[in-house]
Amino acid sequence: MTDSSIPIPSKVIRVEDLRKSYRDVVAVDGVSFEVSSGEIFGLLGPNGAGKTTIVECLQGLRHPTSGTIRVLGLDPFKNPGALRRRIGSQLQDSELPQRIKVWEALDLFSSITRGVNGWKRLMKQWDLAGKANASFSSLSGGQRQRLFIALALVNHPEVVFLDEMTTGLDPVARHVAWDLIKEMRASGTTVVLVTHFMDEAEELCDRLAIVDNGKIVALDSPGGLTTKFANNVRVAFSCSANDISWLRDIAQVKKVTRMGTTIEVEGTGAVVPLVAAALVNHGIVPDDLRVKRPSLEDVFLTITGHRIEG
Amino acid sequence: MRTLAKLTLVEMKLFIREPVTMFFTFVLPLLFLFVMGGVFGTLSRGDFGGFRGLPAMDFYTPAYIALVLASVGVVGLPVHLTSYKERGVLRRFRASSLSSWRVFGAQGLVSLATASVGGILILVAAVLSFHVSLPDNPLLVFVAFLVSALGFASLGILLGAILPNSRAAQGVGLVLFFIMLILGGAGPPREVMTHAMRVAGDFTPLQHSVILLQDAWLGLGWNWTEFGIMAGILVVSLTTATFVIRRNS
Repeated sequence: MTDSSIPIPSKVIRVEDLRKSYRDVVAVDGVSFEVSSGEIFGLLGPNGAGKTTIVECLQGLRHPTSGTIRVLGLDPFKNPGALRRRIGSQLQDSELPQRIKVWEALDLFSSITRGVNGWKRLMKQWDLAGKANASFSSLSGGQRQRLFIALALVNHPEVVFLDEMTTGLDPVARHVAWDLIKEMRASGTTVVLVTHFMDEAEELCDRLAIVDNGKIVALDSPGGLTTKFANNVRVAFSCSANDISWLRDIAQVKKVTRMGTTIEVEGTGAVVPLVAAALVNHGIVPDDLRVKRPSLEDVFLTITGHRIEG
Repeated sequence: MRTLAKLTLVEMKLFIREPVTMFFTFVLPLLFLFVMGGVFGTLSRGDFGGFRGLPAMDFYTPAYIALVLASVGVVGLPVHLTSYKERGVLRRFRASSLSSWRVFGAQGLVSLATASVGGILILVAAVLSFHVSLPDNPLLVFVAFLVSALGFASLGILLGAILPNSRAAQGVGLVLFFIMLILGGAGPPREVMTHAMRVAGDFTPLQHSVILLQDAWLGLGWNWTEFGIMAGILVVSLTTATFVIRRNS
């Protein structure tokens, strides 16, 4: 990643050694990454890790202390106007005027970019049509969030920044939002997704940077990260047999624990079919065999030594 | 331009939906007019040593028009802009290339429009109820009105840029408003004030706007000094506000 001084056209975003400090607090501490056209790129980490600051520098809302940023070939701080017409932003902790109506906000934001229309379609897509005449202050958290996402998309952006997009959405709305994000990718839009939800990152992101204490501590596809950093698979099942020591003879098995009648086997590689076969060979056919694949949560714990929440 | 027009339209609607600002801009100055008119309206020239030797309501009508401008500038604008700032509205707008300057510009236009409506309301009420004389030189009154309105609007933008949140803006704005109301030529006439009160009154922008408007209105000639002071407030406020906004963004 250090030899990227030559611009590659398919790279929509290039960040090199980005640093941002506020007086003596270092919020972003030397971050580098690239985002390719049409991918969903995730920044995953706990609150206060520096994700929002990174994105705000990309949007030109904050001036980096040092480092190089190019978004669509533009320097966000030198060309904020030209850039912002081509990107869409959904910000954390921002509001609209209390008494502005939903349709007025969409109409106003779509008027910023010339030749853009279709906010009515977006209003329907994000299930806001019934609230067209409602004032912003009367909207629920989920409705506000949907309005902000619709506003981020109103200028048909090439890159969309979504900062904690599904915070405040109920589970159904969350899944609807996920589907719409996937549709965005299908239509060629590049998405930068900031989140502290593991399941969201796992479900949506093509590639993922794990951010902790202002640094990127790992960067790969969700699958790549779990293979690299948390390859332990756990198999759990009920078994009343007393002697199960033969499970330890399987090379891939690392640990066997018994909790009452529940047995948990931890191992690597092809541990699942091997354990299952051994069980069948010993006449044990449990009907509740469960497999726990490593999650991003485990990856995060392995890398940082602490959990993402709290 | 198109976006500024749309933003101004939206801001205009938002203004109309805000009862408190509506009250301060349209109702309160009218209320003062009718109270003062009820008390002094029957006095004629020379009955009383005050009012620059003018009939009381000829004195007060331009003063209350200036008061509308002051109320829009030091209360309405700063409260509105700081609430945008603290609630992340400016940041949200900025992220979609609606610069803070466009927002402030739209607000300035809305202030000018609402102040004009408020001023006309005062004028109509004063002429109908107290037979106040119409402006001696409408063009000069218009220029005086314009420079006063822009001066107070710039002051409001400056306060909005400096003050941290809407509670601070409300506090500072109301204190300034009432000090100006009492000492700045829209309350008791200067002639009955103590020397200290008069000196304090001279430090309020309202005093200068009132005299500028009165002189043009009553045919006392164009007051270049007061015009210069209002224009100075306009230029200094805008320059300082530009500096503050640049530094913060």
